[in-house]
Amino acid sequence: MEEKGTLRVKVGLAEMLKGGVIMDVTTAEQAKIAEDAGAVSVMALERVPSDIRAQGGVARMADIDIILAIKKAVSIPVMAKVRIGHFAEAQILEAVGVDFIDESEVLTPADESFHIDKFAFNVPFVCGARDLGEALRRIGEGAAMIRTKGEAGSGNIVEAVRHMRSVMGSIRKITQLPDEELMAEAKNLGAPYELVRYVKQNGKLPVPNFAAGGIATPADASLMMQLGAESVFVGSGIFKSEDPASRAKAIVDATTHYKDPKVLAEVSRGLKQAMPGLDIAKIDGKDLLQTRGW
Amino acid sequence: MERIGVLALQGDFERHIKALEKVGASALEIRKAGDLDETTGLIIPGGESTTVSKLLRRYGLDRAIKERFEAGSLAIYGTCMGVIIVSREVRDYPELVRFGFLDIEVERNSYGPQVESFEAPVRVDAGGGPVVFNAVFIRAPRIVSAGPEVRILARYEDYPVLVSQGLCLGGTFHPELTDDGGIHSLFIESFAKKAKRRPA
Repeated sequence: MEEKGTLRVKVGLAEMLKGGVIMDVTTAEQAKIAEDAGAVSVMALERVPSDIRAQGGVARMADIDIILAIKKAVSIPVMAKVRIGHFAEAQILEAVGVDFIDESEVLTPADESFHIDKFAFNVPFVCGARDLGEALRRIGEGAAMIRTKGEAGSGNIVEAVRHMRSVMGSIRKITQLPDEELMAEAKNLGAPYELVRYVKQNGKLPVPNFAAGGIATPADASLMMQLGAESVFVGSGIFKSEDPASRAKAIVDATTHYKDPKVLAEVSRGLKQAMPGLDIAKIDGKDLLQTRGW
Repeated sequence: MERIGVLALQGDFERHIKALEKVGASALEIRKAGDLDETTGLIIPGGESTTVSKLLRRYGLDRAIKERFEAGSLAIYGTCMGVIIVSREVRDYPELVRFGFLDIEVERNSYGPQVESFEAPVRVDAGGGPVVFNAVFIRAPRIVSAGPEVRILARYEDYPVLVSQGLCLGGTFHPELTDDGGIHSLFIESFAKKAKRRPA
């Protein structure tokens, strides 16, 4: 009678994370700081994206001992990243009881042609997307949450804004299309027809839509929420800033009160230095993380 | 029309708002103490109890909710995280906000990691005979003990999953994740409508 791993149960956890902040952490101590600041979940990884960018080399799933130490340190859900297409890493994370898996372009892709069949798992997946077609392809493979890709580790919000505007703009457009144009739109987007129909009927994605990639300040979090994000992921933005605990707490407050500029002004005070940012135009095309996956 | 607030600090408040509107109530998001005026009911949704405890205290909402409930002018329905917040005792987590509106002890995340989350039919009997609901449990808490004043409306396996005491209803599962508005209607008819109207 009891059913586990249904889409309703997977999307259910994503719903519970709405209006919250998911923070990248690399140690149990950082996980505790994140939880104490009010994070709804932590993402366990070996190096934060800005270090992966700086140090290079192959970036893989985090060490299992680190993940287990983080799971032990906090009571909030623990997420972890796998390489695009690396379903064996995902099987291992499911076996150790990770609560959510991020099939992420931040790690070095394991498969340049195929993403993971996410319906084959009981654990829910989140995937990155730059536009509506990419979001619906991932949902078609079983993703229970979508996030913008942005440009991870850049501390620059411009790419996340571009991706969120693209997704939301395409959704608004589809709601205006007559039914006979939906198949052609599905073809243009490279997206499953049934999901395009869902978007027309409901005016939203069938799973929660979060923001990620370049969020570094409370104002960045508010901007993404006002553009239609339902929660925010913060990667390097917290633990690469001068005072992680205060910044983490401020971004949590800003995400809840994203529509209230007075609260935003208050929480933006006394934060010390944000992480240094990168100009996207100065990143070599081959070093962009967002172009990984399709 | 009954005006029901949904605590919107964090969690799946939007799904509760849709469920309330579907059964004909007017629903509004509650982020600050002043938002509670003119509501006769408050839903505390699913979410993360550590996060919401901190935000309740930071903005003084915990005191405002407690005052209104104790004055008998606000009915409360806590789901999942919400039932933790309205309980008397939370095993191992004394730092969380606990209103004590329900004389129950709960254990957080009692079924294990997300892969153990599940949906299952449960029989709810609120007085009019049993009705079956598809109950969705997401990293759910368990009600491990209940005092004599607590009415048990549904059980799953050996544990209560929907309980009430006075103007407070609490459940460990998520009716807002299904299309069945029965429990939201129950909250409006048998709880929110019994809260005292405050003078305008």
